[in-house]
Amino acid sequence: MLGRTASSLFWMSRYNERAQNVTRLLEVAYRGAILSHSGQESGTHWTFALANAGCESGFKEKYDELLMRHVTAYMVFSKDNPNSVRSCLEHARNNARAVRTGITAELWEAINTTWIEFIEVNPQSLTQEKLPDFLAWVNQRGHLFRGALLNTILRDDGYFFSQMGNFVERADNTARILNTQYWSLLPDSDVVGDGSAERYEWSAILRSLSSRRSYRFAYPNARLKAFNIAEFLILRTEMPRSLAHCYDWLAETAEDLAQFYGSREPSLDIAADLCRELSEKQMREIYQQGLHEFLTDFIGRNNQFAHQLCEDYNFA
Amino acid sequence: MSDERTFFNEMLDETGAPRQPYARLAQWLEDKPANFLSRKSKDAETIFRRLGITFAVYGAEAATERLIPFDPIPRVISASEWRRLSAGIDQRVRALNAFLHDIYHRQEILRAGRIPADLILQNEAFLPEMAGFTPARKVYAHIIGTDLVRVSENEFYVLEDNTRTPSGVSYMMENRETMMRLFPELFQSHHIAPVEYYPENLLQTLESVAPDPSRSSQTIVVLTPGIYNSAYFEHAFLADSMGVELVEGRDLFVDAGHVFMRTTRKPKRVDVIYRRIDDAFLDPLTFNPDSMLGVPGLFDAYRAGNVTICNAPGTGIADDKAIYAYVPDIIEFYTGQKPILNNVPTWNCSRADDLAYVLDNLEDIVVKEVHGSGGYGMLIGPTASKREIAEFRKVLQTNPTNYIAQPTLALSACPTHVASGVAPRHVDLRPFVLIGDQVRITPGGLTRVALKKGSLVVNSSQGGGTKDTWVLED
Repeated sequence: MLGRTASSLFWMSRYNERAQNVTRLLEVAYRGAILSHSGQESGTHWTFALANAGCESGFKEKYDELLMRHVTAYMVFSKDNPNSVRSCLEHARNNARAVRTGITAELWEAINTTWIEFIEVNPQSLTQEKLPDFLAWVNQRGHLFRGALLNTILRDDGYFFSQMGNFVERADNTARILNTQYWSLLPDSDVVGDGSAERYEWSAILRSLSSRRSYRFAYPNARLKAFNIAEFLILRTEMPRSLAHCYDWLAETAEDLAQFYGSREPSLDIAADLCRELSEKQMREIYQQGLHEFLTDFIGRNNQFAHQLCEDYNFA
Repeated sequence: MSDERTFFNEMLDETGAPRQPYARLAQWLEDKPANFLSRKSKDAETIFRRLGITFAVYGAEAATERLIPFDPIPRVISASEWRRLSAGIDQRVRALNAFLHDIYHRQEILRAGRIPADLILQNEAFLPEMAGFTPARKVYAHIIGTDLVRVSENEFYVLEDNTRTPSGVSYMMENRETMMRLFPELFQSHHIAPVEYYPENLLQTLESVAPDPSRSSQTIVVLTPGIYNSAYFEHAFLADSMGVELVEGRDLFVDAGHVFMRTTRKPKRVDVIYRRIDDAFLDPLTFNPDSMLGVPGLFDAYRAGNVTICNAPGTGIADDKAIYAYVPDIIEFYTGQKPILNNVPTWNCSRADDLAYVLDNLEDIVVKEVHGSGGYGMLIGPTASKREIAEFRKVLQTNPTNYIAQPTLALSACPTHVASGVAPRHVDLRPFVLIGDQVRITPGGLTRVALKKGSLVVNSSQGGGTKDTWVLED
């Protein structure tokens, strides 16, 4: 396989995942903004979305006011914002297009149709009532893409590289969302907290990671609690967006790739180390080390893994 | 040309009765309700868009992707018509390859005085770097798309030979697939020669010209400028249907005289490159030093006989518009036979007499840039406004050597789906030819159709569409 093909498959999946993540952040902000009471300004919800998607400074350069229509224009449709839904879908599709020969027709049609229908939407027509349906549609299309990938692609190196892109992005997203809100997840918040502000923060974090419901199943009878939420999203492997789950996958996929090519590369060691640490760690230790420090370190190592992967397999 | 002139109607004869190859199709068209074709056209568009069968239009906002309009009414060619056409094409492509070999070796045709030497030696499309080098099987142009137009029952003219990197073959194939989905019943009632073997034939052709036939397996690649190229879809389509890698220049490198591709593991040696980039961009060391698309050292590896490039660098001289007028001589010179297919009479504006004639008759003729393509920079006298003609006249007088001119041909017309129903529209035809261990001509080709009433410009960049082209089997 060409190094460039591996790179395209990696980024195709990565951008699809990112498009879904950005969409979900917007869904959460929207929900917060329309339910806005308890003295919170609706602006804080949009700030939450902008900050977690890494769009805050870019947004401030373009807009003075934190209005819903500004945020959606910037985070959904902007060509200048590299992390807008539009940019993510375009990158995902361009990468897919560059490897048309290496992906299945189902997969291509999924991403291509999304793109064609997306660019036909007139941003002005997206009024407040229409926004949730539209975001849900984008998210569904992302799932369709994942489904087409998982159901049709050969289990060879192409599959491994696209899985890597998906889980590297997901791990990064989860870690960043936790890190921008880390103060609300410190154990002290359980004591001082219980105010509606904390409850909102927690619920927003869980919703942003599609885990509001699954939290209930994982922690039956438990109230929302900083300790549990942090543990759920960092260490519980059954949670598909947790750091531990992502690194279970990444370590396993790196191992599969080593088997496939018949040689171990340094990226495998990085993934295996992170995977082991996450499986052995307790939440207590993470709090002792400092949640913010732990997450910052994780984000760095996750990046390092992605870089090493590019080195090891000649991503063009 | 205006519609009042007479043109050959491929479906209906002078009495309005269907000609024999169209008999069943004409009946079928008549039996269908009025909105039937509109509905089918919409279905076709959805199929094309979903599959991403698009092309980029230059000059529009950064490489916008468009669909080429697809006309759902097929064009039909009878078996006997096709036999004659393919014999003519076969003769022509063999002669052109012999010509290329000659001008890059002994230049007999120049010594014999059949073509002015300057026309070759001073031509930008002539590559002195190719002199003395013999590619595998002496084939230079492996993939040719011969542009033909029909003017009467038995008269076809060759407009252009397209010996560089002809495109459109993916449309030939996708048009057929789409037609089979839209109108399965027509395929049961007609015996239509298949076009689906093109990728297989292409692969065979490419393998047959590998530099070292003894290597147990040959690595073939398709070289593309990338996803923003207007024909990118086709590049991906061909690589995919042959089961070979689609590479960009940056995926290849030259080491110790051999070409390799960068893979996720060890570099892999490449034997044959089907390139879809122009000569000038192949190798920045030999040609255009500013090229970001090429592979440094590629040309040396080629000359060392370690890789085959298809088509060979320097084949452009064979479809240069200034050489075109000499193709009948070329055919006679190398085959000893009369050309089976006609050339369009051509005035070379670099000649004073010809230029004078052209300037006197601009209203009636077609003027083209020698190195132009895609319908850009040309004048079609009969449909041009007075102002356009006056402006073109100035351009022509300033730089006459840049132009050739031809009489306006009464292109044949085929039934086409238009807003008001079915009406004749002018068409041309590009069959696709492969030359390697043998000459393979796919029965059919790409029919381009000028969708505007009376228009003679079939180029997709100028609003033309395409049709499926059926060659009937006996």
